[in-house]
Amino acid sequence: MNSINSTIPGDATMPEKAPLAVEDPVTEERRETVEIEEGKTVGIPFSDNPKFALRNVEVSYGDTRAIRNISLDIARNEVIAFIGPSGCGKSTFLRCLNRMNDSIDTCRVKGSLMLDGDDIYDPRRDVVELRARVGMVFQKPNPFPKSIYENVAYGPRIHGLANRKSDLDEIVESSLRKAGLWDEVKDRLDATATGMSGGQQQRLCIARAIAVSPEVILMDEPCSALDPIATAKVEELIAEMSESYTIVIVTHSMQQAARVSHRTAYFHLGHLVEVNETNKVFTAPEHELTESYITGRFG
Amino acid sequence: MSNSSSQVEIVRQSLRRRYRKERRFRMYGIAAIAVALLSLFILFADIIGKGYTGFLKTTVTLEVELDGDTMYLEDPTNPDEIAMADFTAPIIAALQTHFPEAEGSAANRELARLVGSYAASDIRDLLEANPDLLGTIQTMEFLAHDTVSVYVKHADNPRYTVRLSERQQQWVDELMEKGVIETGFNDILFSKGDSREPANAGILSAIVGSLLTMFVTLVISFPVGVAAAVYLEEFAPQNRLTDFIEVNINNLAAVPSIIFGLLGLAVFIGLFGMPRSVPVVGGLVLALMTVPTIIISSRAAIKSVPPSIREAAEGIGASRMQVVLHHVVPLAMPGMLTGSIIGMAQALGETAPLLLIGMVAFIVDVPDGLFDAATVLPVQIYLWASSAEQGFIELASAGIMVLLTFMISMNALAIWLRKRLERRW
Amino acid sequence: MQTANLFPLVLILAAVAYWLAFQRSRAVAAPLGGVRHLKALPTHYAARAALWSAIPGLIVLALWTGFEGKVIQGIVMGSLPQDMWPDSPGKASLLLSQISNVASGSLDPDLASEPIAKAAALLKTLREQSSLFMTILVILITVLGAAFAWFRVAPHINARNSVETTLRRIFFVCAALAVLITLGIVFSVILETVRFFGRVPITDFLFGTSWSPQTALRADQVGADGAFGVIPLFTGTLLISAIALLVAVPTGLLSAIYLSEYAGKKVRSTIKPLLELLAGIPTVVYGFFAALTVAPFIRDLAESIGLEASSQSALAAGLVMGIMIIPFVSSLSDDVINAVPQSLRDGSLALGATQSETMKKVIFPAALPGIMGGILLAASRAIGETMIVVMAAGLAANLTANPLDSVTTVTVQIATLLVGDQEFDSAKTLSAFALGMLLFIVTLALNVLALKIVRKYREQYE
Repeated sequence: MNSINSTIPGDATMPEKAPLAVEDPVTEERRETVEIEEGKTVGIPFSDNPKFALRNVEVSYGDTRAIRNISLDIARNEVIAFIGPSGCGKSTFLRCLNRMNDSIDTCRVKGSLMLDGDDIYDPRRDVVELRARVGMVFQKPNPFPKSIYENVAYGPRIHGLANRKSDLDEIVESSLRKAGLWDEVKDRLDATATGMSGGQQQRLCIARAIAVSPEVILMDEPCSALDPIATAKVEELIAEMSESYTIVIVTHSMQQAARVSHRTAYFHLGHLVEVNETNKVFTAPEHELTESYITGRFG
Repeated sequence: MSNSSSQVEIVRQSLRRRYRKERRFRMYGIAAIAVALLSLFILFADIIGKGYTGFLKTTVTLEVELDGDTMYLEDPTNPDEIAMADFTAPIIAALQTHFPEAEGSAANRELARLVGSYAASDIRDLLEANPDLLGTIQTMEFLAHDTVSVYVKHADNPRYTVRLSERQQQWVDELMEKGVIETGFNDILFSKGDSREPANAGILSAIVGSLLTMFVTLVISFPVGVAAAVYLEEFAPQNRLTDFIEVNINNLAAVPSIIFGLLGLAVFIGLFGMPRSVPVVGGLVLALMTVPTIIISSRAAIKSVPPSIREAAEGIGASRMQVVLHHVVPLAMPGMLTGSIIGMAQALGETAPLLLIGMVAFIVDVPDGLFDAATVLPVQIYLWASSAEQGFIELASAGIMVLLTFMISMNALAIWLRKRLERRW
Repeated sequence: MQTANLFPLVLILAAVAYWLAFQRSRAVAAPLGGVRHLKALPTHYAARAALWSAIPGLIVLALWTGFEGKVIQGIVMGSLPQDMWPDSPGKASLLLSQISNVASGSLDPDLASEPIAKAAALLKTLREQSSLFMTILVILITVLGAAFAWFRVAPHINARNSVETTLRRIFFVCAALAVLITLGIVFSVILETVRFFGRVPITDFLFGTSWSPQTALRADQVGADGAFGVIPLFTGTLLISAIALLVAVPTGLLSAIYLSEYAGKKVRSTIKPLLELLAGIPTVVYGFFAALTVAPFIRDLAESIGLEASSQSALAAGLVMGIMIIPFVSSLSDDVINAVPQSLRDGSLALGATQSETMKKVIFPAALPGIMGGILLAASRAIGETMIVVMAAGLAANLTANPLDSVTTVTVQIATLLVGDQEFDSAKTLSAFALGMLLFIVTLALNVLALKIVRKYREQYE
């Protein structure tokens, strides 16, 4: 993976551009020539042992189609990264996986989304239970304005996962340990969480998510608000967690995708253009659009 | 991972209990809203139920023979004779034509009490104006006595006591059948001032008093409020004086209104020796109360004007004052007007401070100037509501309906204005 | 001429000054080759002329109107023979009203004593002269200001700066008026309060348990000033406010939560204005409702279950006051709840919390300081509310915690003590100002505290 790192520009040199701004004549020319065929994804989108089996997924906000006919499998215990230019629909797609789009009135999801063979969008399906199994970590750290302990204990409490105080203490400790935060905070568990540094807050949010022992953790650009050192720590954490959880991570940083993920999915204008082994995507992308993106021609 | 499936099981088991709680919580919310809306509904229903009869008057129409002999009146142009004449006699006579069996002074007294006490003076006024009508027969419409009015309108309402004798009740029933006693639209309510008699009392002088008071309030509070808002948003330096002014404004907006009454009493009446009960003082006091509201809403309106407009105007060399007067204020005007109308509506309903500066006087005449003793609509309602006379209760309710109509139209105007004029940036 | 007529006259004169200066500036500019050779625009010269004529005129007018009454009174009183000089402000006002009644003709001059008739004649001439002088002075000053500005229309003078500075100063004065109003309030209550404490010791006022200011029948009576213990008024106010908050806080808070978290857009946009309508209803209407509908209903209800209730119960006033404050609590809570960032909601929902769990365990605790601030503001409003209690609570200062009893409040006493004819300078009248002072201090403290809490809360979430 190190070899890939040198071929793509780093985060700092890749300022976020306006979505698909027409600046680069080469890109512009390419876009005219490159036809995206709806529902066609190159690479290896499917898996033998899928955790999520997603078929012909369409998402629209009112009249705007945000996701166009995407089919993808997410395998058990894999780390999959969603990359693509801003506004390409990767966050929208991620939020479908635990129905966080439900609170948006105009949002409509079509297609079949299966988690372990059960339909996520079945009307009889219980969101609470779904979200207990599919946790989420957000772009900006969002600890509750409570103590560190209470933040982690919140999930187990509402779900009734601990019968005794000692059980809860145990869950809190192990979650904080898994999040690599235990040693930093064990003496100040009663301190308020909003007083922590940004990186610590984000790891606390991860600890909070794993305290309910989810099977899947969705991460929506978890490091975009963090400095490089904090980012490194979170990435380290993701690598460790990949042993026990299925992780879906949306990221703007291709370096990050390259470092943490097994597979990488490239989204473009609501289409899923390519899914492949991560090192394949970054060394020999099959699709032209993927190639122009990772070589920094647009983004 | 091994314990994950067991955890899912735990979560699943907890769901029923948790959804029950969720439903209960939601029910609390609905119940709270229901309580609030029900209170609103009961309030309106109660006031309309009590007050719609306030818009009705009870009249007695009689063929009155203006006979000089019964009235002891020979020359209606002679003021001394007018003063001594008995104008009740023809009314009794006219009623006796309907009830020939009613004789004797007791019966006469009871008959006379079927019409209001102003009936006699109606005849006097008629004869004073047209002396040649003496000796003719005229069809005249009199206001019924309050007790009759209460009986006609509220005979089956247990909250009202009928103060008519058995005999009078029979007469009234009969006269109603004959169409002599009728109810009609109460034009007096809108054409007269207060009176000791409910049937003869109206809200006209109170409405005029309110308008005069509101005029003073508007003339003072709107320019001052807007100017203060402009200063604080556009010119005020960041210093302690400005902070102090802001703290003052925020606190004044929450000071109880009766305190402003004390201020008016001590400063305008005590210190400056201004007269009591006049619209000018009332308007001043209400203006002081309204200014903070107008400042706060005007500041919000000014804040919503985007800085790009200011920059654009400054960029072509306009002075700060020109930017403000030519661009910011006109653009913020809809918001300022909306806030001011709402502030004025509040002032219109205000009662407590006006009690203290003496606007509780008994005002019969329509005030004809800012320095003329007056009362205002809410105070008139208060006076009637606390009156012992039953007939005033329905008038108070009717007054409330008029007041609420004013206020709701003002608020509707504000909403309409906001929708119509406010632009979104 | 009367102030009411003089005021528009000054404005008209200022408008004339505006027009004249405008014309002159154009005339001055014409030989130079147009308006652009002036240092300022014609409208600036014109505006300056209007300001210079109107401002001094209006200031003189305001001062004269404000002080003429007092000055004339002083002169008239001074003209009376020494032995008639009143020894108390009460008598002075009686004498004054007698004189002015004679002067206005509503009292027959023949019936009045000679010095009073003389004083009345003096009053009449003084009033006429004052009115005449005021008219002349105001018009003169206005015209002079306009003339001065008219002569100062010259190409090299930058009228814009002076207009803008003047306007800016006027704006500042308007803003500073808020401070002036506060000072006015403090001044108006503090003087009388100090005089009151000269008669009734402050400890008796603050800690006395009996309130009966109406007992002063004869001035020479021992203890004629009655009892001025504020405790029963305070408990009465607290009882009614507590009932009101008990109604308004749960109802307002829960409706705000439902509207912001559960209700759809359509429901919200119909119910919110209806709730706001409750806030727009004048307090006198609530008072009417409380006194004539709710209070009799509660009395009948209590009697039907064998309880004794006063016809003016604290419960009736409190309940109706509670209804009045519902929209106040709900709109404040709504603001506060909406200020809680969406990310916290997402964070909780993503963990699998239900909406009510999110509300109760995350949003509500986060919004609690703000909600507390709102409740304090509502409490301050309940304490200061006058009309409902004047109409529906009683006058009897009972020291009781029974909501079915009649109690009285601070505001009721202020209103009843000061409405109608007052005995000037009696402890009874002065006590109203002491109560006003108390009310002002308590509500001010609540407001300051509440605003501080709310502001701190807002800063927390930017």
